[in-house]
Amino acid sequence: METFYEVMRRKGISRRSFLKYCSLTATSLGLAPSFVPQIAHAMENKPRTPVLWLHGLECTCCTESFIRSAHPLAKDVVLSMISLDYDDTLMAAAGHQAEAILEEIMTKYKGQYILAVEGNPPLNEDGMFCIQSGKPFIEKLKHVAKDAKAIIAWGSCASWGCVQAAKPNPTQATPIHKVITDKPIIKVPGCPPIPEVMTGVITYMLTFDRVPELDRQGRPKMFYSQRIHDKCYRRPHFDAGQFVEAWDDESARKGYCLYKVGCKGPTTYNACSTVQWNEGTSFPIKAGHGCIGCSEDGFWDKGSFYDRLTDIHAFGIEANADQIGGTAAGVVGAAVAAHAAISVAKRARDNSNARKSDAPASH
Amino acid sequence: MGAYETQGFRMDNTGRRIVVDPVTRIEGHMRCEVNLDSNNVIRNAVSTGTMWRGLEVILKGRDPRDAWAFVERICGVCTGCHALASVRAVEDALDIRIPLNAHLIREMMAKTLQVHDHAVHFYHLHALDWVDVVSCLKADPKKTSELQQMVSPSHPLSSPGYFRDVQNRLKKFVESGQLGPFANGYWGSKAYVLPPEANLMAVTHYLEALDLQKEWVKVHTIFGGKNPHPNYLVGGVPCAINIDGNGAAGAPINMERLNFVQARIQEMIDFNNNVYIPDVLAIGTIYKQAGWLYGGGLAATNVADYGTYEKVPYDHSTHQLPGGVILNGDWNKIHEIDPRDPEQVQEFVTHSWYKYGDETKGLHPWDGITEANYNPEGPNFKGTRTKIEQLDESAKYSWIKSPRWRGHAVEVGPLSRYILGYAHATQGNKYCQRVKQQVDEAAVAINSALPKALGMPETKYSAKQLLPTTIGRTLARALESQYAAEMMMDDFKQLIGNIKAGDTSTANIEKWDPATWPKEAKGVGTVAAPRGMLGHWIRIKDGRIENYQCVVPTTWNGSPRDHKGQIGAFEASLMNTPMVNPEQPLEILRTLHSFDPCLACSTHVMSEDGQEMSRVTVR
Repeated sequence: METFYEVMRRKGISRRSFLKYCSLTATSLGLAPSFVPQIAHAMENKPRTPVLWLHGLECTCCTESFIRSAHPLAKDVVLSMISLDYDDTLMAAAGHQAEAILEEIMTKYKGQYILAVEGNPPLNEDGMFCIQSGKPFIEKLKHVAKDAKAIIAWGSCASWGCVQAAKPNPTQATPIHKVITDKPIIKVPGCPPIPEVMTGVITYMLTFDRVPELDRQGRPKMFYSQRIHDKCYRRPHFDAGQFVEAWDDESARKGYCLYKVGCKGPTTYNACSTVQWNEGTSFPIKAGHGCIGCSEDGFWDKGSFYDRLTDIHAFGIEANADQIGGTAAGVVGAAVAAHAAISVAKRARDNSNARKSDAPASH
Repeated sequence: MGAYETQGFRMDNTGRRIVVDPVTRIEGHMRCEVNLDSNNVIRNAVSTGTMWRGLEVILKGRDPRDAWAFVERICGVCTGCHALASVRAVEDALDIRIPLNAHLIREMMAKTLQVHDHAVHFYHLHALDWVDVVSCLKADPKKTSELQQMVSPSHPLSSPGYFRDVQNRLKKFVESGQLGPFANGYWGSKAYVLPPEANLMAVTHYLEALDLQKEWVKVHTIFGGKNPHPNYLVGGVPCAINIDGNGAAGAPINMERLNFVQARIQEMIDFNNNVYIPDVLAIGTIYKQAGWLYGGGLAATNVADYGTYEKVPYDHSTHQLPGGVILNGDWNKIHEIDPRDPEQVQEFVTHSWYKYGDETKGLHPWDGITEANYNPEGPNFKGTRTKIEQLDESAKYSWIKSPRWRGHAVEVGPLSRYILGYAHATQGNKYCQRVKQQVDEAAVAINSALPKALGMPETKYSAKQLLPTTIGRTLARALESQYAAEMMMDDFKQLIGNIKAGDTSTANIEKWDPATWPKEAKGVGTVAAPRGMLGHWIRIKDGRIENYQCVVPTTWNGSPRDHKGQIGAFEASLMNTPMVNPEQPLEILRTLHSFDPCLACSTHVMSEDGQEMSRVTVR
């Protein structure tokens, strides 16, 4: 069976370029240069792991995001790294020829395939709000999950429920960890997740043959351990008390902080301000709109996207709101006031488990 | 139920029944059943939307300024078009006019989506209906290179070595025994008629397009911060402009960002001219020569669109793809379409899993009722409530409603827009002459230029014969992509000109504060979404959404029968198509995919447990 390295060589890529690629992969995964040989070794020797990618109630934004990946390229992932044996959005076969593949892979690669889930199952109406092959999607999901080696929850639908689970959640759309309870699930939230985060998670699993280190909510720490606010390029304006007050005002044109027009960066754990979007081209804040918090549980039901942060439902991972911008506290009055507003709101909301959230995440 | 006549089709469900479920390579979940006669010709077609999410219900009571983000998540493939329809509906309700710069930026975002969505659809969702991947292995790379240079002399990636590399990579892939997304495909079927060299050329472009599409969407990333699902704003766009003032380097739009956008637009123009259009013309020509001119369905008679791409903001007479309705194939008579008129756009539920008081009547979206009624039944239904084996089209059989225009079933989409554009241009409309030029040039290529170059006999099909076919639907989409890229460059130049003239405004915030709004308001927003005409209807009361309804392209095209037994566009398009091998539903997939079905879009309306979730009465 061909390996990724062989494929790259055949494409005329030199060993030197291959190693460069490996070091880029290491960087995008947040790994030290010492890991490069390990990545290279894995790429040179491993056969392709079967991936069965199921779609429940969703909008397909996760698949669209996945194919935007620049490093590695989606085509290299699909042709050379994994064997994407089932994905109803991309596969050539349809009907019973498509369904036959599921059974074949599940039998042939029992306990060795990765199940990737985009979307979620609705439980109302006996599950028939999402019908596949005449049957409820939930049946298919549980069936394929049974013998999976690992399960990835792509995006906020599979991870938290997302838009169809927003109040009043009419279909009872349910995140997959609530219906698959006997296996660890890697949550890769976001609506959608960042393309290179998606391929980064897959590449990590193939390279190291293990599940990435997860936080208490099941998210890979390498991409979800810091708030967007923590690494935002507009952070100095927050600390300096320089805010956009209205759309297209002078401050908006100078790229000041969007906190006052509703930015959810201070409570959103994601890599948007570091990895950025579409090959590092930009991210929502850089393009002038506040973060809407799309990788957070229940972000649809936390008030308007334009309300200044008030009812914050933030689980502390390594810091709580008291520590946000703590270094600037006492230096700039406005920033202190802003922090205080966040902190007061957080305490009011959390009070009982506020201390608990101070504890570092363990897994 | 025996045979019956409707819209010029004879529906006969007595022959052998075939089920395709899931229909893959679409957005969302869909099922299709057909009956074949003894010659394996499709004599009855049944299309079913098999998913439902309920966003309109979720929107009730929320801030209208947030609605764009919710409805944008109706679909991540046509990402942004529901958001655009939403901000337009809210602005219409509140009488907000956006600045010219905001209009141009939104236009560029909409056209970027058009190019991206169309190309990804053709190469990654549709191509495998025309192109035999395994046949590529038999191709001569040198002849492939010659073919490439013949159909597209200016495309730089055309050397024999280039095609040999791709072929070798595919060979190894196939030899690995792990075929991934190509497993169990219909390779070797006689329904594929391209020579190996054309197959290799197309598969090579499948990979090229996959690499390039991620570049084009960066226009969304610049203006909207990310893709999929860029950000929008009621009243304008969130990306402020700062060309040469303090802080320009950190501003959303500056000189570097504008240059970046211009480069992406040029890439889209080049890809359309050098790859997408030549591929579709070549594939269309070869399938036409093989006599495969099926799939026209309703396009031969009834088409509709609201009109789009106005040259002058808010002046609908300047649409560069003008709207209207054509009935009975009469291209000389274009009916005006008005989304506000309660008599025009109406939805029926006679054969949908919903309940109305009187199911012989349709309801305008401002007067819509959504009451779930999941109950698969009928004398021909086979299976159980949670294990459907065969649906009965004489009863309710889909989660999709049946929208009709003045009671007529119509087809929507790029083909409908191109038929309308051609008709308008023929009548002298100066804003869409490019449409006629594109269609006429394509007809020359398909009828004579390409057949001559390929050593095949020439043909003399008129535009009116070529367009209403599966090939024509796929061609119209490619032409629209080309046209959108060209118009986008015009928008870009106009934006630069406007900034040069001193206007850097991007948002109108006069009515941002809900305190400035009337107590009650209602509005409509329309968009030429990639799959066809899209409308969002909103009612606002006391600063909150009182009701929200969307009627989307795949609802029109994928609709089940109505109370008169009239079939929708998907069903009509399959009628009378012969199948090479009923075990391999290639022809069904080819024609259904030519519509680019989007089921998450079509079936987002819902309620639970038989409770009425939305009711609106016209004031």
